[in-house]
Amino acid sequence: MRLRRPSIPYIIWMVVFTLVPIVLILFYALTDRSGSFSVEAFTKAVGYSDVFLRSIWIAFISTLICLVIAYPMGYIMSRQKRSVQNFLTMIIMIPMWMNFLLRIYAWVTLLQNRGPIDTMLSIFGIHTQLIGNQGAVILGMVYEYLPFMILPLYTVMSKIDTRLIEAAGDLGANKFGVMRKVVFPLSIPGIISGITMVFVPTASTFLVAQYLGGTNDIMIGDVIDKIFWSDHNTGSAIALILMVAILIFLVILNFFGDEEAIAA
Amino acid sequence: MKKLSKLYTALIIFFMYMPIIVLVIFSFNDGKTTVWKGFTLKWYADLFRDSQIMSALWNTLLVAVLASAIATVIGTMAAIGINNFSGKKRLLLQNMSNISILSPDVVTGVSLMLMFTIAGVAFHFQMGFWTVLLAHITFCTPFVVLSVLPRIRHMDYSLYEAALDLGCNQWQAFRKVVVHELMPGIFTGFLMSFTYSLDDFVITYFTRGASFQTLSIQIYTMTHQRISPKINALSALMFVVIIVLMVIINVKDRKAEKRMGE
Amino acid sequence: MKQAKNDIIVSLRDIFVEFDGEVILNHINLDIRDKEFVTILGPSGCGKTTTLRIIGGFLEPGSGDVYFDGEKINGLPPHKRNVNTVFQKYSLFPHLNVFENIAFGMRIKKLPKDEIKKRVKEMLAIVDLKGYEKRSVAKLSGGQQQRVAIARALVCDPKVLLLDEPLGALDLKLRKTMQWELKQIQQKTNTTFIYVTHDQEEALTMSDTVVVMNNGIIEQIGSPTDVYNEPVNAFVADFIGEANIINAVMIDDCRVRVLGEELECVDKGFGQNTPVDIVIRPEDIEVVPPEQAKLVGEVKDVVFKGVHYEMTVMCKNCEWIIHSTECSPVGSKIGMKIIPFNIQIMNKMFPHPYNQFVCEVVYADEENNSVTVTLEDSKFDIEGFCYPAGTKLKVTLPPQALSIAGDGVGDIDDVYIESVIFKGEHNEIILESDEQKWIMHSDVDEQVATYVPLKFDFSKAHIEPVEEES
Repeated sequence: MRLRRPSIPYIIWMVVFTLVPIVLILFYALTDRSGSFSVEAFTKAVGYSDVFLRSIWIAFISTLICLVIAYPMGYIMSRQKRSVQNFLTMIIMIPMWMNFLLRIYAWVTLLQNRGPIDTMLSIFGIHTQLIGNQGAVILGMVYEYLPFMILPLYTVMSKIDTRLIEAAGDLGANKFGVMRKVVFPLSIPGIISGITMVFVPTASTFLVAQYLGGTNDIMIGDVIDKIFWSDHNTGSAIALILMVAILIFLVILNFFGDEEAIAA
Repeated sequence: MKKLSKLYTALIIFFMYMPIIVLVIFSFNDGKTTVWKGFTLKWYADLFRDSQIMSALWNTLLVAVLASAIATVIGTMAAIGINNFSGKKRLLLQNMSNISILSPDVVTGVSLMLMFTIAGVAFHFQMGFWTVLLAHITFCTPFVVLSVLPRIRHMDYSLYEAALDLGCNQWQAFRKVVVHELMPGIFTGFLMSFTYSLDDFVITYFTRGASFQTLSIQIYTMTHQRISPKINALSALMFVVIIVLMVIINVKDRKAEKRMGE
Repeated sequence: MKQAKNDIIVSLRDIFVEFDGEVILNHINLDIRDKEFVTILGPSGCGKTTTLRIIGGFLEPGSGDVYFDGEKINGLPPHKRNVNTVFQKYSLFPHLNVFENIAFGMRIKKLPKDEIKKRVKEMLAIVDLKGYEKRSVAKLSGGQQQRVAIARALVCDPKVLLLDEPLGALDLKLRKTMQWELKQIQQKTNTTFIYVTHDQEEALTMSDTVVVMNNGIIEQIGSPTDVYNEPVNAFVADFIGEANIINAVMIDDCRVRVLGEELECVDKGFGQNTPVDIVIRPEDIEVVPPEQAKLVGEVKDVVFKGVHYEMTVMCKNCEWIIHSTECSPVGSKIGMKIIPFNIQIMNKMFPHPYNQFVCEVVYADEENNSVTVTLEDSKFDIEGFCYPAGTKLKVTLPPQALSIAGDGVGDIDDVYIESVIFKGEHNEIILESDEQKWIMHSDVDEQVATYVPLKFDFSKAHIEPVEEES
């Protein structure tokens, strides 16, 4: 009665299209062009450590900004009437459905020299380079991934019973106290999934930096894109390092999550 | 809603929509730059005349429909099977499935490209439609598993037993009862697959080979040349289509909710 | 004899079921006669639902055979059995309306449309839901959903209908009505009903035959009057109806000593001076002036119950419950007269009045004059004497020397509470560890069918080394 067979196609699929490719990456990362064992690829990959650090830095800052902006939004949404909640969810989701490239392109249009914002600023006599710097890259990232932070936060917070918040108020907690003692601890799972959903893609994305950043702002995803076509080995090594780094990050994050859940 | 909350919400919405609105406005601009030169619809006309874009659109839809349909079947079956495993085996399978959701697109893309290249040499094929389709099924299926599994876990198992009791064999019980119970999860999984497939750029970029074009790839090629108001027109159209779709889905949901509520 | 055999529709032979090393059904045998209303009654965790699932085909027994109409049906899937089930939570298909729910089984069998329509209509009439065809099942009340579930199962024309606590989710008043209706439906459709419940009143009201189960075995099978008036042991007596269950000694045939007084009874064949349990129903005790009865007690408490008064009477340190239409004031002395016919004698559930086990010394601590022994994979210390390691010790413990470890750390852990029976002075609790059963006295009401750690007080024990036979 307890059927397990239906999962066989998927298991085979995962082995062929997920496991085998990863093993291939591993194989290429540990060999050289001739196919014999070598750590040369890793040595070359280490040469990109500055790009690695920059990617992590940009991802970290973007995730933090997303969290700070999204947290109040998620809370505000979660305290509305059901119909308003649904409406706001839809509003937040619509831009997500726009093509990823079009959304960055929109910012390219907005920020370019003699673009709308530049023109407006120049009326007030301000002339700055809006595009082609790290700030623009972070802005692009925040824009891309903000909904991925708002939605999980909202989902978790909407499950917090309003009566719980009222009870905390009744027991003498002020607004800040209610936030710190009730809302925050209960929203931790949302924070964790929000961080996961924003940090992983920002750390590994490519193109955003190519579009909005300068030559010194390229990120690790862009490096993989550039190198892989010509040098499978180094490309594989970088991809492997990126994947392992992200997995370690996720494990640590989830570990914290579990600890918090036990403490609560 | 309090004033502060309203203001905050308005700011967020402004931040999220302003760039898109600007694109839409410039799609009617009779000039190639961001300086307003008068109203025109010529970019829209250009867009529809562009056979490359139109064939890319067709490819995108074809891949999205096929990939999400196949992923829904494989994923639903997988979810049922996985649910019937116990303890560590189930955890292992679930984690395998989740890892492919969480692993960065770039890594998925290059690793698949690597495999397709090697397989292509071995079996004499070139990357193109089929490799893109396989890649899309690969990244879509975990989303179906993810959305169907909780439905199965919360399903009343005795409904399945009741169907068996009333004379169904296992397959009939699945088709006539279990599928109905899992439908919301299956539908969500399908929808997620469909949208991710439509939106995907990175994985398609690595697995498409030399000539296969999808909309994302087309946009990439166009945006690389930076100035092309046709893109603005395309954005505007996509925006409208999305809004219409979302409204339809929402209205349907609302109706379904009302029915359940009665 | 042959006739009787043909009469049997379902037969379970030596059924054994085990989950994760835990015995659920311990070699049970059960014959169910055709067209009867049979109730399987027992506390939760006794194995009654498992028995039902085996008959329904949802569970394969570890060993043993299932016969249906004389044919062995082991391994036959549910849809090939001429048996239908009414599930605990009704399990109506939420995506189908009332008509389609009832028609479900017939649609699977591809019956002609007209016939389906006709039979659904008939069925709706039987369960008193005429005109409800188009309703969504989600909009029905609990009782109505219940009736749809019954109709859906019965419309398939099963020889046997299995009902798994179908009234559990209904409120008291509706439950009473449905009990009556179920019995009506059973008679109208002339179908065998096998009904599982933990509610003894339900069992007595509806059934032709009651099967009382506990801890994976069948304690008693009989008509409601049989199991009420002649329970085979203290568990059945305690589980069905209210009862005074008292320790007694059978002096000889028809003579029993209760609380030091010799009474007359009608039971024979228990031998001489045998410890027994007796059960006396509260309504079978006649209140008389003290000088007219051998047993005399003092009224401690009176509660008015509508039809009668319920009095708690202390008689020689033993608490009795008496139902009487006349009220004796609290503090008054009364005589309790019991006619011989109303004293039911039962064998003790536990063979001895004490616990006995043999354990082996694994470590001798001469300094502290104590030993560490092992029993059923557990280790514990006994103080006060010392024997060399390897010695086998025979330990005899009175029921008073056992207790449930309050701190959660027992001498042996995970002991199953099989029954808790109030014996007037204290609770008599029977427990089961991996290899043996235990008897214990306690003033506390413990929860049946739970696992607890058990602690021994060896100061009350008698311990002697076992002579090795060489």
